[in-house]
Amino acid sequence: MIETMNKEKGQEKSTEVEKIVRPLKLSGLEPLIITPESNFVNVGERTNVAGSKKFLRLIKEENFEEALEVARDQVDGGAQIIDINMDDGLIEGKEAMVKFLNLIVAEPDIARVPIMIDSSKWEIIEAGLQVVQGKCVVNSISLKEGEEEFIDHAKKIKRYGAAVIVMAFDEVGQADNYDRRIEIAERSYNILVNKVKLPPEDIIFDLNIFPVGTGMDEHKRNAIDFIEGTRWVKENLAHCSISGGVSNVSFSFRGNNPVREAMHSVFLYHAIKAGMNIGIVNPALLEVYDNIPKDLLEHVEDVILDRREDATERLLEFAETVVGSKKESKVDLSWRENALQDRITHALVKGIDAYILEDIEQARQEAEKPIEVIEGHLMIGMNVVGDLFGSGKMFLPQVVKSARVMKKAVAYLLPYIEEAKEAPQPPKGERYWQTAEPALYGIMKEFAKKNRYNQPTEAETVLWESLKNKQLEGFKFRRQHIIGSYIADFVCLKKKLVIEVDGLIHQLPENKKSDKERTAWLKEHEFRVIRFTNEEVLGNLDQVQDKILRTLKKAPPSGAGGAGKVLMATVKGDVHDIGKNIVSVVLGCNNYEIIDLGVMVPPEKIIETAKAEGVDAIGLSGLITPSLDEMVFLAKEMERQNFNVPLLIGGATTSKAHTAVKIDPQYKNAVAHVNDASRAVTVIGDLLKENTRQKYMSDLKAEYDKFRLNFKKRSKVKSFLPIDEARKNKYSIDWNNTQITKPNKPGIQQIDDFDLKELEAFIDWSPFFRSWDLHGRYPDILEDKVVGEQATSLFEDAKVLLKRILDEKLLKAKAVYGLFPANTVNDDDIEVAYEEDSEGKTILFRTLRQQLKKHGGKPNFALSDFIAPKESGIQDYIGCFCVTTGFGTAELAKKFEEDFDDYNSIMIKALADRLAEAFAEYLHKKIRREDWGYAPEENLSNEELIKETYKGIRPAPGYPACPDHLEKLSIWEILKVKERIGVELTESLAMWPAASVSGYYFANPEARYFGLGKIKDDQVKDFAERKGIPLKKAEKWLNPNIAD
Amino acid sequence: MSKLEEQLQKNILILDGAMGTMLQEYKFSEEDFRGDRFKDWPVSVQGNNDLLSLTQPEAIATIHRKYFEVGADIVETNTFSATTIAMADYKMEELVDELNYESARIAKEVAVTLTKENPEKPRFVAGAIGPTNKTASMSPDVNDPGFRAISFEELRVAYKQQAKALIEGGVDILLVETVFDTLNAKAALFAIDELKEELQLDIPIMVSGTITDASGRTLSGQTAEAFLISVSHIPLLSVGFNCALGAKQLTPHLEVLNRFASSGVSAYPNAGLPNAFGEYDQDAEEMAAQIREYLEKGLVNILGGCCGTTPEHIKAIAEIAKEYDPRKIVKPEFSTAL
Repeated sequence: MIETMNKEKGQEKSTEVEKIVRPLKLSGLEPLIITPESNFVNVGERTNVAGSKKFLRLIKEENFEEALEVARDQVDGGAQIIDINMDDGLIEGKEAMVKFLNLIVAEPDIARVPIMIDSSKWEIIEAGLQVVQGKCVVNSISLKEGEEEFIDHAKKIKRYGAAVIVMAFDEVGQADNYDRRIEIAERSYNILVNKVKLPPEDIIFDLNIFPVGTGMDEHKRNAIDFIEGTRWVKENLAHCSISGGVSNVSFSFRGNNPVREAMHSVFLYHAIKAGMNIGIVNPALLEVYDNIPKDLLEHVEDVILDRREDATERLLEFAETVVGSKKESKVDLSWRENALQDRITHALVKGIDAYILEDIEQARQEAEKPIEVIEGHLMIGMNVVGDLFGSGKMFLPQVVKSARVMKKAVAYLLPYIEEAKEAPQPPKGERYWQTAEPALYGIMKEFAKKNRYNQPTEAETVLWESLKNKQLEGFKFRRQHIIGSYIADFVCLKKKLVIEVDGLIHQLPENKKSDKERTAWLKEHEFRVIRFTNEEVLGNLDQVQDKILRTLKKAPPSGAGGAGKVLMATVKGDVHDIGKNIVSVVLGCNNYEIIDLGVMVPPEKIIETAKAEGVDAIGLSGLITPSLDEMVFLAKEMERQNFNVPLLIGGATTSKAHTAVKIDPQYKNAVAHVNDASRAVTVIGDLLKENTRQKYMSDLKAEYDKFRLNFKKRSKVKSFLPIDEARKNKYSIDWNNTQITKPNKPGIQQIDDFDLKELEAFIDWSPFFRSWDLHGRYPDILEDKVVGEQATSLFEDAKVLLKRILDEKLLKAKAVYGLFPANTVNDDDIEVAYEEDSEGKTILFRTLRQQLKKHGGKPNFALSDFIAPKESGIQDYIGCFCVTTGFGTAELAKKFEEDFDDYNSIMIKALADRLAEAFAEYLHKKIRREDWGYAPEENLSNEELIKETYKGIRPAPGYPACPDHLEKLSIWEILKVKERIGVELTESLAMWPAASVSGYYFANPEARYFGLGKIKDDQVKDFAERKGIPLKKAEKWLNPNIAD
Repeated sequence: MSKLEEQLQKNILILDGAMGTMLQEYKFSEEDFRGDRFKDWPVSVQGNNDLLSLTQPEAIATIHRKYFEVGADIVETNTFSATTIAMADYKMEELVDELNYESARIAKEVAVTLTKENPEKPRFVAGAIGPTNKTASMSPDVNDPGFRAISFEELRVAYKQQAKALIEGGVDILLVETVFDTLNAKAALFAIDELKEELQLDIPIMVSGTITDASGRTLSGQTAEAFLISVSHIPLLSVGFNCALGAKQLTPHLEVLNRFASSGVSAYPNAGLPNAFGEYDQDAEEMAAQIREYLEKGLVNILGGCCGTTPEHIKAIAEIAKEYDPRKIVKPEFSTAL
């Protein structure tokens, strides 16, 4: 389609009077020349952490090798330029950019195309420009921060030899209509061409593509203004190019691909005609212009070109018919006609629980024993689920839904299974132990007797001495017991466990069967066998007893739990368990028995339970940084107490780096960092299976070893400033000329029962999908090629539950916040004045300062830099807050769990988390506009809120700008959070209920988010002294941030 | 328009030939290299040709004079390796300012003398800025492709120091040459552009890359056109190629520059490809005959010689160049009528 457009454009161009052609010339290893006759140039953007969750994950994991493949795929797929963006709060953007670019230029088949260095941070752009030999495109600069910075950056870009994307953005804001677009474009152009002397062909304007069809009048002309703006720029500003991200335009029609595709095509058709020549377009989301049905085309063009007053309403109406025709087969019940097993498998794979009980009942009636339904029908179905999941064809939410079906089925069967167990058993004390074949019994008894009384080996005697008379925790053992046609050395009939010393089940000479047959027979009769050598029994009886005990306590190998027993816990002081619950459910689906100790589990309890239950693996989870230390502690404890089961580490704050550097060295046995639930199954499987465990563990150890080595190498190159020098290099605001607004409503305010409905519009959905292991940015994720369908279905379920929450007021939203006079004292402390019982008090917020040595005059930030210092004599202000939407979550989750509905139990927690974040966003906006009132005119869309384009910040203790959780205590003290709204702090200073957010408000327009990074001992010492706490305590809390 | 640009419009300008080849004939010993001043220098300095500007200035001046006498318009200073980066091998980082300043001064003195003798043929000095011995966009370690032995910033600082000393010593042109990694050249151009702004000085710049093999790419992998685009952000007097190949092998790449470059085009190839002993044995006539092809096609504005070339080669080249008009330089109009 693009090609046909270009042809038409070419024809039109030929009638224009264009004397000199100055093509845009770019280069990688090979040239890229963009002339007016060139086809539309498509920029690949999968190497953008903001555009591709996969790429983000790879970069976070430092899996640069696979990240390179993403770039290679782009180039192979026809991208003529690749956009590289590393802007993410959790990534060291500059380092990642340089490292990735260095690797890219070593790959000739990638480096052949020019690179677009994409960042909102100039230092990242500059670092990128310093490592690429070709002529790149900088994405982007604008007049947003004023002419001076604009000129400065443009001059450097020119000196580095790059082209540049200029956003239609100035000091006032983003251009959102025709006049503003051309005003900013013309001004930018004149500055660049006349003052900076940048060749005009090196300028690429991004005139902001905004959505149309939103229902808001001010958005009606978004597309046509862009197109007309493009036309004006191409006619009036010679030689420049026009670019933009196309999918924005159809934003409000997400979920309806046919309409979106048509919108993209129509938009491009007209925009390219007007002169747009570069852009980011997802080829999968593009209909051929000529193939758009006429009626749809007309409706779409009406909207794009703003041809009718009622265009949007008409398209919305028409869109319904477009969707309808595509989704007709919504309730397809044909699968109900299939055979029973197929129906059960279908129900499990699709997660449909509507018919499962009737199918299970039929299966039960057909089966000889109810347990067969679990071992047969259900396991067959779950194996299909496992295979699909393992091969990436099913996604987490689906698996959790499958588990829901499975659990309901098992719950239904359990009473029947219990009944069946009891029925055939003989009355107590009678022939209960007679397991031998009647015909052989006589002969075997003789043989057994002889062995028992005449020829026991020394080892057998020793072991029997420790087993007889129910010595081993009350388990009854028999020796030389006849089972079928075999004689077992020792057997616990109740647990169906056979113990063999020196590896033999004594066989009668006249009844020799192969080992294989014997094993099969025992298995068939559900016996497990463990073997010990004579040496083990004689030399290490304790361990032998231990192993017997552990095996006894393990569930029998059939049915649920046969794969092994896994203990799961969120560590002491931490309350976050969504990820842990998902892993538990997935493991449960794969035949593991899960012992879930819940949240805030003290280490003693984990150790004790692990021993008592004889678990096969321990999984620890945590979200806040102090949890990392808890995990280290637990690993040490496990080592001290001679554990040998694998330890699995997961949760948002954990990382491969931390696991490798801090946890792994503490424990001689396997430690594995498992970053997503889908990997948990294979990792545990490999760690437990006899034939793989040894190799997997040594591979893992070796991998972490290598990682540690590299990590040490890497951390060496950083240099730090002493804290007093860092303070000298603080960020300085011109206090006499900055904006300081006295709050309209100073003091503490409280909201007790906020209407959750108002929060719906403030929800940032992307993290919600992430908590389900679906990676992508909302709303694009709904159309993602891989996970789109699943994401859409999950989203629908979420909406249903959300509606219930809102309608039935199932959760309570509360908030407390305060705005106070404040000034910075002694560089890094903020003195806050507040009232308690009408008595004036002050408290000091302690902030931490970046110590990493900065280049190019960059300051060493601390949050205190954003508050006027006392000596300036200017009264400044600060705010702090805590919001929660968590009350009610635990009860609801429990109810769902009782109903075997893990899916909704996890869902409710994930939604509560989102609502809490939304509440924080809502409240911040209210503060900015009303209570503090420093930005009364602000009117930002939800997307802009998520992108944090507003003035002022709300950093939270425990997050990158102020990683010190201890400061929460100060907020709790001032606001009396616990007393007012009931949100408590755990011993690790996590908030309870978990769906809560707390933080500070800084209003200064220059306030910004930053990452503290690593700090040195001198600051830790100083911090401890300032706070009046022991150095050890400060070290404990700041540990993750202290440089080695 | 400067005198130099004026000359460039009128004639094909002739650059000198190899300095190294000429110095070899002197067969300087370690002691000769050291002179009195460096007799106790802790490391061996034999082979540090740039040092000879301090210890054997007469030889350097003589070679410059010889090239001017056979018809060269421009000679290059003896400063190919005079950066802190390349001088680290000899522990002579401290001498960088002096090496460049002296080399420039020696060459300029000869040029001024000869211009006085014949004002019709003004003589110029180009400050030679070599590639250093490190690459900014390639890893020296095949097992670690992300590693870099030098950064842009380190190169920028080193080049800026060299360029500044050359300018102070009196050069008329800065010649960023034998570019095998374009990123190194970009660091040099960045430094020079900064310097031009700081000194409020408009010194002409020549850039000369090196195509290292038959695939037609630079060592860092760029095609001739990609290389051209990558260095075109700075106004250049000329862009071209030197070294590595003989005149014949260079022709197709010069054709690319001829088509696309908006500045002058330069070429100073080796005296053919090296023989089995690493020596260049193409004689002056043969080389001149191959260079005639450039002239026939109107590919170049500046001509000279690199490794293995001597005053005889330059003499032969200068003579045939006289027969031809220089390549037409078409500069795009820069300002836009708004």
